[in-house]
Amino acid sequence: MTGSIKNLETAAHPENLRRVAIEPVSRVEGHGKVTLLLDENDRVHQVRLHIVEFRGFEKFIQGRPYWEAPVMVQRLCGICPVSHHIAASKAMDMIVGATLTPTAEKVRRLMHYGQILQSHALHFFHLSAPDLLFGFDSDMAKRNIAGIAAAYPEIAKQGVLMRKYGQEVIRVTAGKRIHGTGSIPGGVNKNVGLSERDYLLKDIEQMVTWSKDAVGIARKLFEQNLDLYNNFGTFKSHTLNLVRADGALDLYHGGLRARDMDGKTLLDHYDYSHYWDVIFEDVKPWSYMKFPFLRSLGPETGWYRVGPLSRVTQCDFIPTPLAEQARKGFLAFNGGSATGATLGIHWARMIEMLHAAELIRDLLHDTDLQGTELVNIGERQERGVGVIEAPRGTLIHHYKVDEHDQIIRCNLIVSTTHNNQAMNEAIRQVARQFLDGHKLTEGLLNHIEVAIRAFDPCLSCATHALGKMPLEVELLDSEGSMVSTITRSADGVFS
Amino acid sequence: MSDTFQLDGADVTFKPGQTVMQAALAAGHYVPHLCYHPEFKPHGSCKLCTVKINGRTAASCTMPAEAGLQVESNIEELNALRRTLVQMLFAEGNHFCPSCEKSGNCVLQALGYDLEVHTAGFRHLYPDRPVDASHPDILLDFNRCVLCELCVRASSEVDGKNVFALSGRGINKHLIVNSRSGLLVDTDIALTDKAMEVCPVGVILKKRVGFSVPIGARRYDQRPISAQALDDAPRSPDASGSCAVCEGSS
Repeated sequence: MTGSIKNLETAAHPENLRRVAIEPVSRVEGHGKVTLLLDENDRVHQVRLHIVEFRGFEKFIQGRPYWEAPVMVQRLCGICPVSHHIAASKAMDMIVGATLTPTAEKVRRLMHYGQILQSHALHFFHLSAPDLLFGFDSDMAKRNIAGIAAAYPEIAKQGVLMRKYGQEVIRVTAGKRIHGTGSIPGGVNKNVGLSERDYLLKDIEQMVTWSKDAVGIARKLFEQNLDLYNNFGTFKSHTLNLVRADGALDLYHGGLRARDMDGKTLLDHYDYSHYWDVIFEDVKPWSYMKFPFLRSLGPETGWYRVGPLSRVTQCDFIPTPLAEQARKGFLAFNGGSATGATLGIHWARMIEMLHAAELIRDLLHDTDLQGTELVNIGERQERGVGVIEAPRGTLIHHYKVDEHDQIIRCNLIVSTTHNNQAMNEAIRQVARQFLDGHKLTEGLLNHIEVAIRAFDPCLSCATHALGKMPLEVELLDSEGSMVSTITRSADGVFS
Repeated sequence: MSDTFQLDGADVTFKPGQTVMQAALAAGHYVPHLCYHPEFKPHGSCKLCTVKINGRTAASCTMPAEAGLQVESNIEELNALRRTLVQMLFAEGNHFCPSCEKSGNCVLQALGYDLEVHTAGFRHLYPDRPVDASHPDILLDFNRCVLCELCVRASSEVDGKNVFALSGRGINKHLIVNSRSGLLVDTDIALTDKAMEVCPVGVILKKRVGFSVPIGARRYDQRPISAQALDDAPRSPDASGSCAVCEGSS
């Protein structure tokens, strides 16, 4: 690590540095690349994560009827469509002036918790477990889900079945496992019948048990690799997340809470329907993705992180007993060192998965799920904002609808966008810690992926590359001419 | 007095005045169709109901039934042509089933599934067709129009309003609204009009109710259109009045 390199976003003198590009970081659900500028001694001077997240939804939703938004916009993602489905529905609740019936809110919450469960299980067991259980620079041939299935068959099986269970919760509430239609402006289009409830009740205790075990795995990883896990890509940042009125973790609804990197509260219980008064989006010439920041701190220092680590560390408590016990253990571990660690996100994610499993269990015993009052419409409004805590973090949907019921403006700030600067900081830290002054290796490439993957951004969760993201590293001279290139295909073959 | 013709090797009884389509459906034999509607005079424009009669092709919805006809319908040669017709209809408009509120209740989509249309087949034209949201209760999404003229016929023949018409020729043919402004708000269309019920695709829509029917309870979720259409068809040759297609098409 070099003391002279402080800010790796922009090199002071890029003219004589060689450029190394990792492109693409993934092929699906956003196109990403990492670029590095190095000098002749392999010292790092610039590191940037570029994610092309321009999908055009904000534009082509314009002119469409507002009730179409929850179904259309969820097509942004194939892994967490429920998040967009519900965030858009919440915005449309405001448009139609709705106050949800107990049945509608609980069916939506059940859908959302199913989504949290399946998404977190997918990420931990399928996408990250190969790195975490085998090692970041372990044998590449085994560093994948097939390797996990061979070495840890029980863990692999649990991952598959937990994801399946979450998907079944979604199917029961939304009509389909992926891209359902259950949530509509002002409520839902179906309740949960008794046979559907009993079907889900059958396996919920197993899900709670396995989730609890997963928290134990995350803890053990920290215990066994304390220095690495505490320091890998770790940096200090501000945080943003929703909290319930009493300060509890609430993944479906609440007010915005922002704290600075020293724990000082910047916002609390802030009404998200005016989020633009506290959050602004900066634009940088080298990235297609915006950089949100807290207005009160400005674009340079106002960036923050969202997601499981922010939520679990910044809430006052978790309102389910097993997850709350796990949260306390997380905060107390090694003097709280995991609460600021990039790899601590995995641990926090598993605590949330346990919380989601407990919430599903509670809801399945709630007779409101069988209620028949599904929609409640009030006085029509022209503007709607819906915010939820998606698996990857705070998700904002904002629409303006004209008197003809057509959407005329749409703004979406997705979790990965909130985490843009944070992910850049993480890979810069990794570059300082592992790359600076060293020759490029496959292990280095994977270290960068490990740091990106900790955030579970769309670009990693949707690739299904299973630890073998296709990568291409190009070495160019100062004139931009190709000196050498290394390509890693999706099946892990270097050429 | 009844007589019979042969449809794919089966005897079909008919009454004088029936078309091949009417007799086939009444006897429980499905012939794919889109612009045909049991409550309206045959139109013969979509050509999906094309059959071979004594070796020559004809639209079964307009062909009078005659004793002794040898009719072929469910053969690969014709089904391949029907698939192509459906592909062309999809390519000519903007049919985005994943976010369409008519999905699950759409005749064109149901035909696509039933005929096993697995590929686009043609390059999509992506026509520019702005929606007409001017009416307070009704949305017109021209993107999905297949020019079946059912709304034109319903508005004219049943509602007596002539709200809709087709304009232009060839590839430029399109649905228009008969008002000075060209907007639906300046017509006397009402939610209770027959024209509101008959659209087989997602053009004429009641506002603010999209997606209120859950997946699984939509018209074609449980049964393919080839089975559903037989339930909808009048079982007697002179059947008239309300029709299950319309009753369940919201």
